[in-house]
Amino acid sequence: MAEQCAVIGIGQTKHRESRRDLSLPGLVRDAAIRALQDADMTWKDIDSIVIGTAPDMFEGVMMPELWLSDALGAAGRPIFRVHTAGSVGGSTAVVASHLIQGGVHEKVLTLAFEKQSEANAMWALSPVIPFQPQLVAGAGGYFAPLIRSYIRRADAHPDTGCMVAVKDRQHGLLNPNAHLHLNQTLAEVKASPMLWDPIRYSETCPSSDGAVAMVLVSEKHVGRVKNPAWVKGTSVRTERTFFAGRDQVSPAAGKLCAKDVYDEAGIRNPLKEIDCAEVYVPFSWFEPMWLENLGFAEEGEGWRMTMEGKTKLGGEMPWNMSGGVMCTNPIGASGMLRFAEAARQVRGTAEQHQVEGAKVALGHAYGGGSQFFAMWIVSSER
Amino acid sequence: MSEILSAPYVLEYTYTRSTGPVVGRFLENLRYEVLEGVKTADGRVLCPPLEYDEDGEPTTGEFVPLRPSGTVKSWSWVQEPRKGHPFDRPFAWALIQIDGTDNAMVHTVDAGKAKRMKTGMRVRLRWADEKNGTIRDIACFEPISPFLPGPVHLEYEVKPGKHYSAYLRGLQEGKLIGGKDPEAGKVYVPPRGADPMTGNPTSEYVEVADVGVLTTFTIIRIPFEGQKLTPPYCFGAIVLDGTDNPIYHLISGVPHDEIRMGMRVKAKWKPQDEWETSLENILYFEPSGEPDVPFDSYKEHL
Repeated sequence: MAEQCAVIGIGQTKHRESRRDLSLPGLVRDAAIRALQDADMTWKDIDSIVIGTAPDMFEGVMMPELWLSDALGAAGRPIFRVHTAGSVGGSTAVVASHLIQGGVHEKVLTLAFEKQSEANAMWALSPVIPFQPQLVAGAGGYFAPLIRSYIRRADAHPDTGCMVAVKDRQHGLLNPNAHLHLNQTLAEVKASPMLWDPIRYSETCPSSDGAVAMVLVSEKHVGRVKNPAWVKGTSVRTERTFFAGRDQVSPAAGKLCAKDVYDEAGIRNPLKEIDCAEVYVPFSWFEPMWLENLGFAEEGEGWRMTMEGKTKLGGEMPWNMSGGVMCTNPIGASGMLRFAEAARQVRGTAEQHQVEGAKVALGHAYGGGSQFFAMWIVSSER
Repeated sequence: MSEILSAPYVLEYTYTRSTGPVVGRFLENLRYEVLEGVKTADGRVLCPPLEYDEDGEPTTGEFVPLRPSGTVKSWSWVQEPRKGHPFDRPFAWALIQIDGTDNAMVHTVDAGKAKRMKTGMRVRLRWADEKNGTIRDIACFEPISPFLPGPVHLEYEVKPGKHYSAYLRGLQEGKLIGGKDPEAGKVYVPPRGADPMTGNPTSEYVEVADVGVLTTFTIIRIPFEGQKLTPPYCFGAIVLDGTDNPIYHLISGVPHDEIRMGMRVKAKWKPQDEWETSLENILYFEPSGEPDVPFDSYKEHL
């Protein structure tokens, strides 16, 4: 790395089921302006824009980055679009950080968004293709069998998924930007209807409209900013959806991505050296699954950390302090929200959901059929 | 006690209304789909116009053209319209502030459902087809949606390719065809052309059994747009005997609460005369009757 990269501006919209008040350009603009204000910058200061969103089928707008370029001050500047399905928010931030680290640009605006209310992701994920029956029913239909496999393999306590849902929703109550503000009891979550057995309604993420933006700069532009979040490690890994012997519960690409990002950040023991994490958990059971995949727990032991309350705010290893994807899911933005919330933690600007004294945080995103992974480690120390 | 005497009595007469210069102009304009307000002495705009404002002052006689849209200030839902109501379906009475005015008009909103009504909602005026210079020349107001329909229609030609075609032609004959990498020995159903792990061509076609192990599954209970099956239904991953990757299909012929990981299942085929080049030739997989297999024997396929 030629250059150090730091986050000095973070902005996000209020996330809601439907932001009818905003057009798509208005939505991305809202997040971008907030990030620029936070960085004490204007459009003129920006060298390039890196933007990400979920596959175009999700909104039915082909190459939205072209349409949105005016709203993002991109006239006369390079704008790049990143595509990696659900992990896109994460990999978009990674690409932006690489532009800084590689010395290509010094001040980059990166942004991710989704307006789910204008589309139907369930439809987009359940196509009726010639020569085969329609079998899959959205993301839940795809991931539910993997969750069943995890429960069997880890012999996990059946309440684990419900515990995560209760915990993340409690965290979401502390986040005014979160879409869902639900004060739910374990009994209420357990009583919610099964959608894709073993996934209950209350164990799934919502559909949200929202956007998030960050301003990333090289060291010389950090200037007088007191609390930059330094990017200490980044990694992106992928694997194929189907191959013989593929471990879909704990994919190799996720393990490799974690190892790579820890190596780059000099982390040997994530449980000891990371203070908190924002991890892509769209179905509550993915918390214990990723606790294991990311090396926070031994294989088969992730659910115990959840059940023991270790992943709560105030616990040994808080996960998804913002309420996470379980409270807010503008798909394309969900990954970058994890990265941005990790950066907010180490900047000490996470307000009511701040982990006291957080110095090192992990941001994580995944997508596709658990195929695409993106992660970063941010730190309050250079 | 004697019966109380009673008889119906109808009082009906068409009076003449002198509308005056202000309201008269307003109503006459409605015939031509023109909406106007009147200015008050203190500079406010009223629609419907009044000759005298609430302070007792005569309005100025200066008319202002208005856009036929406004905001609902208050409303009351009528679920069961009565005789004489302007609608024979549920509607709302509402106070509507026409854009650019300072008062509100009593009129109706044709919203279909009470759920669509909201104080502060935006509405547009709908003109009546037949006009006679009365307030009913405004048929009603209707909700303004900030949304435009954005239809997308794409047409593709799907060409499944050499290996997938071999698989589909096999299905047409009631066979399940896999592709084998002779070096690594892995068998993929459907054939993929290359073993994703080695990159070697899966040059050898092999017919595999239509029986296997249900490794994992879900019961789908959620309805969604475009869904072809009626929930609840079971969707499972099946590793066919002699293959190395799961295929996905429906599991049926067994109560949902008896479906288990490790259950042996067998394809239930459609009648032969309905076979096509499609996996739909297999209706579903059902228990084969063989004993379940131990977890360790299929844990590599999860």
